[in-house]
Amino acid sequence: MLAEVEIAEIIVVLVYLLVIVYLGIMGYLRTKSATDYLVAGRQVHPFVMAMSYGATFISTSAIVGFGGVAGLFGMSVLWLTVCNIFVGIFIAFVFLAPPARRMGHHLDAHTFPEFLGRRYESRFIQIFAGFIIFLFIPLYAAAVLIGGSVFVASVFEMPYPAALLLFSVIIAAYVIVGGLKGVMYSDALQGTIMFVGMFALLVFCYRFLGGVTEAHQKLSDLAPLAPANLQAIGHRGWTAMPKFGWGSPEYNLWWIVIGTITMGVGIGVLAQPQLVVRFMTVRSRRELNRAALVGGVFILVMTGVAFTVGSLSNAYFAENGPELTGRVVKVLDAEKNLASLQLMSQNEAGLWQDVEGKVAPVKLFGDVDQQVEVEGQTVALQKGRSISIVYAGGLADEIIPSYIISAMPKWFGLLFLLTLLSAAMSTLSSQFHTVGTSIGRDVYEQVTGQHGKSTTITRIGIVIGIIYAVVISYYQRESTFIARATAIFFGLCASAFLPAFVGGLFWKRMTRAGAISSMVVGFVITAFWLTFIKSQEAQTIGLSEKLFGRVSLLLDHPNWPVVDPLLVALPVSIVVAIGVSLFTQPPSKEHLDKCFRGR
Amino acid sequence: MLGIEDKGVLAAYLLCLFSTALCVVYGLINWNRGDEPVEPDDVKWIAKEKKVEEDL
Repeated sequence: MLAEVEIAEIIVVLVYLLVIVYLGIMGYLRTKSATDYLVAGRQVHPFVMAMSYGATFISTSAIVGFGGVAGLFGMSVLWLTVCNIFVGIFIAFVFLAPPARRMGHHLDAHTFPEFLGRRYESRFIQIFAGFIIFLFIPLYAAAVLIGGSVFVASVFEMPYPAALLLFSVIIAAYVIVGGLKGVMYSDALQGTIMFVGMFALLVFCYRFLGGVTEAHQKLSDLAPLAPANLQAIGHRGWTAMPKFGWGSPEYNLWWIVIGTITMGVGIGVLAQPQLVVRFMTVRSRRELNRAALVGGVFILVMTGVAFTVGSLSNAYFAENGPELTGRVVKVLDAEKNLASLQLMSQNEAGLWQDVEGKVAPVKLFGDVDQQVEVEGQTVALQKGRSISIVYAGGLADEIIPSYIISAMPKWFGLLFLLTLLSAAMSTLSSQFHTVGTSIGRDVYEQVTGQHGKSTTITRIGIVIGIIYAVVISYYQRESTFIARATAIFFGLCASAFLPAFVGGLFWKRMTRAGAISSMVVGFVITAFWLTFIKSQEAQTIGLSEKLFGRVSLLLDHPNWPVVDPLLVALPVSIVVAIGVSLFTQPPSKEHLDKCFRGR
Repeated sequence: MLGIEDKGVLAAYLLCLFSTALCVVYGLINWNRGDEPVEPDDVKWIAKEKKVEEDL
C-alpha cells in the first residue's frame, strides 16, 4: 500500500516529476513540438527525435499487452518484433515516409484522411476515412489506457476501476490543459528511461536465470506446464512455434500468433493515421535516415525485450514465484518434477481442504511436505511454483506488472510505472488529437463546407473519444483484450487504407474509383468478419448469435473462426484497388504533377 | 542453439537482431545523406500546421 512506500521510492517519484515539469516548462519557453522546430528551421538532435518518436509510438499496449501475450503464448510472438523493426521502422522510414512527407506538403494535407482525400480529389474519401478513424481509434486508445491502469492497480495494490478512474482523470486534465502538443524533450526523456529500464529488465532476467542459453533452456524445459486449454489449440511450450496446419482446432494458436498478432499488427502499422502525419513534421529525408538507426535499436529493446522477458517470466516464477501447496492430481513430467497440483488450504480448524476449481501446473520442489487426512483419505501435501498466468490471476495483461513487481526492487517498479504512464500519455494525446481532427477537420468541415471553423467540434470529438475509451476500458477486462483491441485497429487500418495509401504514393495510374472501392471493400469485409466470422469478436458484438444463433457462421469449420480479417480483407482490397483503377479514367496530368512534383 | 530448439522461434530471435543490424547499417551509411532544401510548399505547410496546433 501507499503507506509502505519508502523514502527511496518517494525520492524517485519526486525527482522524476520535477525533471518532467522542468523539461515541460523549458519546452514551452524555448523549444516546443516538432512543428516549432520546423518553423524555426532548426534541427532536432537525432537522438532526441528518435527517442521522442519511440515514446509516442511505443506505449503500455506494446509492453504490457503484448508482453503479457508473450507470457502466455511464448517467444513465437517475437515474429511481431521482426515485423515491428523490418516493416514498422525500415520499410516505413526508408520507403514510405519520404514520399508521404513530400506529397503531404505539396497537397497541404494535415491529417491522414485529408491526405487521401486530396490525393484522390475526393471529399467522400476524406469523410469516410475520418469516420472510420473516429469510430475505431478509441478502441486502440482503450488498449493503452487499460495497460496503464493495470500497472497502476498492481503497483499501488488498488482495485482496477479506481486505477482506471485515476489514470483517466490525469489523462483528461493533461489533454484538456494543452498537453496535446508533444514536447520533444519530455518525450525524449521518457523514451530514454523506458530504454534503460527495459534493457535493465532484460539483463536482470537473463542473469537471474543463469545466462541467455540457460534461461531459454529452463523455459524450454517447462513446456509440459503450458495450460491444457492452450495445448489443445497448439501450444507446444514457450520456446516453440504453435502447431501449424489447417482444418483442426489444434492449429488455432498458430493462426492467432502469426495471423492476428504478427500480420495484423505488424503490417497495420504502415497505415496508422498518427504515424503518417508524424512523417510530415520531419525536416528532410536525412532525419528519417537517422531515425531508422535509432528507431530500429529502440524497438528491439522495447518490444523485443518485452516479449522475451514476458516469456521468460514463466521460468522466473517457476523458480522464484510464491509457493503453492496442494496435492498432485497428474504428473506431467516425472523427470523434471512437473505436475498439476490441486491447490489446498487450511480451514479455521486447521484441516486441509481443496480450493475449489484451483488446479495449477507447477514445478514441484522438495519432498512430500506432510501427509494429511482429507475426507478419510491420506493425501501427500506438496509444494510447487507455477507459471506467470497463474500468478497474474488468469489475465495475460497482468503478467508484465506482476513480474516487474515481483522481480525488481520497488523503486524500479515505480520508476518504470511513471515512465510507462507518461509514455502512455504522449501516445494517448496523439490518439485523442487524431480522434478530434478526424471528426472536426475531416468530417464536419467537409460535410458543412465551413473550412477552418471546426475547433469546437474537434474539442467535442476529443471529449467524446476520451469518454468512449474509458467506457470500453471499464467493461472489457478479458485476458488478452489489449492485444486484441490493438490488432483490430491496426488490421482495420491496413485493410481499409493501405492499398489507397501505398498506391497513392507510388502508382500514378491509381484512380479515385480504385481508392474508394478498395477502402469500402476493406472496411466492409473487416466489419463483416469481426461481426459474423471471428468468434471471439463476434461473441463480444453479439449480433451473429442474435441473428443466427451461433457466435460464428463458420463455427464448424476450423480454423476460420480465428482467422484475422486482415488475411482476407487486405488481399481483396489490393485486388479491387488495382482492378478498378485499370478500368477507370486515370487522374489528370495536372493533378499528378502537383502530387508527384520533383519525382 | 541458444537453448531454443525450435527453428521457427530461433529464426524470429535471430531475425530481430538482423533487422536491427539492417537499420543500424542503413542509418550509419546514410547518416549525412538526404538533406533537402526547404521549398515554398514546406513553409506553407508548416505555417498551417502551427496554426492548427495553436487553435487547439
